[in-house]
Amino acid sequence: MAITLTWLSLIVLIPLAALVIKPWELGLDGVWRTLTDDRVVAAFRLSFGAAAIAAAADAVLGLIVAWAIVRYSFPGRRLLDALVDLPFALPTAVAGIALTAIYAPNGPLGALFAQVGIKTAYSPLGVVLALTFIGLPFVVRAVQPVLEEVDREVEEAARTLGATDYQRIVRVVLPAILPAILGGVGLAFARAVGEYGSVIFIAGNLPMVSEIAPLLIIIKLEQFDYAGAAAVGLGMLVISFVALLALNLVQTWLTRRSRG
Amino acid sequence: MTHDIRHLSRRGLLGGAALAGPAVLAGGGLAMAQGAPKPATLLNVSYDPTRELYKEINAAYAKFWKEKTGQTLTIQQSHGGSGKQARSVIDGLQADIVTLALAYDIDEIAQKAKLLPANWQSRLPQNSAPYTSTIVLLVRKGNPWKIRDWGDLVKPGIEVITPNPKTSGGARWNYLAAWAWALKQPGGSPAKAEAFIKELFQHVPILDTGARGSLTTFAQRGVGDVFLSWENEAFLSNEEFGPKFDIVYPSLSILAEPPVAVVDKIVDRRKTRTIAEGYLNFLYSPLAQDLTGKHHYRPRGAQAQAKYAGKFKKIPLVTIDDTFGGWTKAQKTHFADGGVFDRIYRP
Repeated sequence: MAITLTWLSLIVLIPLAALVIKPWELGLDGVWRTLTDDRVVAAFRLSFGAAAIAAAADAVLGLIVAWAIVRYSFPGRRLLDALVDLPFALPTAVAGIALTAIYAPNGPLGALFAQVGIKTAYSPLGVVLALTFIGLPFVVRAVQPVLEEVDREVEEAARTLGATDYQRIVRVVLPAILPAILGGVGLAFARAVGEYGSVIFIAGNLPMVSEIAPLLIIIKLEQFDYAGAAAVGLGMLVISFVALLALNLVQTWLTRRSRG
Repeated sequence: MTHDIRHLSRRGLLGGAALAGPAVLAGGGLAMAQGAPKPATLLNVSYDPTRELYKEINAAYAKFWKEKTGQTLTIQQSHGGSGKQARSVIDGLQADIVTLALAYDIDEIAQKAKLLPANWQSRLPQNSAPYTSTIVLLVRKGNPWKIRDWGDLVKPGIEVITPNPKTSGGARWNYLAAWAWALKQPGGSPAKAEAFIKELFQHVPILDTGARGSLTTFAQRGVGDVFLSWENEAFLSNEEFGPKFDIVYPSLSILAEPPVAVVDKIVDRRKTRTIAEGYLNFLYSPLAQDLTGKHHYRPRGAQAQAKYAGKFKKIPLVTIDDTFGGWTKAQKTHFADGGVFDRIYRP
């Protein structure tokens, strides 16, 4: 217990404490002024908004991928299973450069989108694309083991009792795996909020339009404004914490309900 | 572009410097005692586009030093965005020498970490800048939009690529060059210059964090019609990407003086002051001056200037001191939070 606590303190609590202490050099109103600056607000809106959209997209895409891996047997299934983890292994800068090359106006997909008048790279949409990419494995890996555990006999029973395919999925399977989906979404969201490397290449970084909150932190550091940077970091930490806490509560409630 | 990779390599250097530390101390001590000098290391912390230049200068200086003293030198170099590099030194990177993109970054090291005196820039000739550069306009081959000067950049439909002045030293020079041009037009005033800058940045679709990232956007992603560039990077891009671009010299630009300095506290602790000061003086030697010209920097020395006279076009250049009242003032007016650059993005 003591060892665990010491390690936890060294690795997690002390750095976080430093982040919590630093901003107050500016004073309460200084921190408030930093966080309510319209550029910071715009960056928060983009970072958290894009992370939420990306996590929601990951929920759908991740469920489909996990479903395919668990429920179907097809050639290349093991390969697909291994590919899922690649976004984890790839340095985020590499992911960012690759995505930008593909979605830039002269890239294969970017050119396609440009023809129908949609700007992908260098716009908020590009941010969502990058965040969806890096978040996908979290949902797949959270859902996959739970889906494997779902009792097929219960589904069979539902079928013999006359349930349609839709009813089986929505009333039987989904309630069982929903907590896992939410867990994965929470992880994808948390990762996406703080993501810098992969986003910075594709975002365009225009103030008030496509500037993410982590970039604002870098900008403040670049001006040797350590306290201001820490204030933005603290703001992100608080919002993330509240969002993850809410997600956790829903997850716990769902788990209890499905057991009870 | 290689943000993470560079960061890693700098960590590597840090580790290397730490390991080599004791050997260096011993080496310095022995050299003073006139014995057979032990090998020494030197760390030059620089900014992005000087990589190739310092690679050659380091080799030349190591050779020069070996002949002069018999001591073997290993010179390590670290590159990254100028501001980021300055911050690393403030946070403890053991740089014997800093060679950065602008004086402001070394000022910050002097002010925040007190590692060198505030008057560092007057210790070496010519504002401690052994070579200079300027800002030019890089356009696509054949100059399809007929861009001749700063004023052409705000024509309808033109897209301009420059990094973010908040995060890139080079971008600050770009911005100030454009400002100076607008200010020096007939009837020019600070208000008119600000209006021009505001219009100019409405033509900027992407703000990368560093000059190399912007060059990738322009050269490889094919975005934009004009790239605001260091003169030396403009020459380099034609070497690197093939002759795909033309360099356009505007009617007026800015004299960029990338300064160099010995970091006093660190060289005194590591006993490398003689080697480090020798290195900076060496930068002013005819041999090193010739290398700066070869690597597309404008040399200061008369001999190298004469040799490369045909390469660098003579255009009127303003300086940071005569037009902007020095870096500290320019930084505060234009680039600090709430400064002009923030203002032009407010609706």
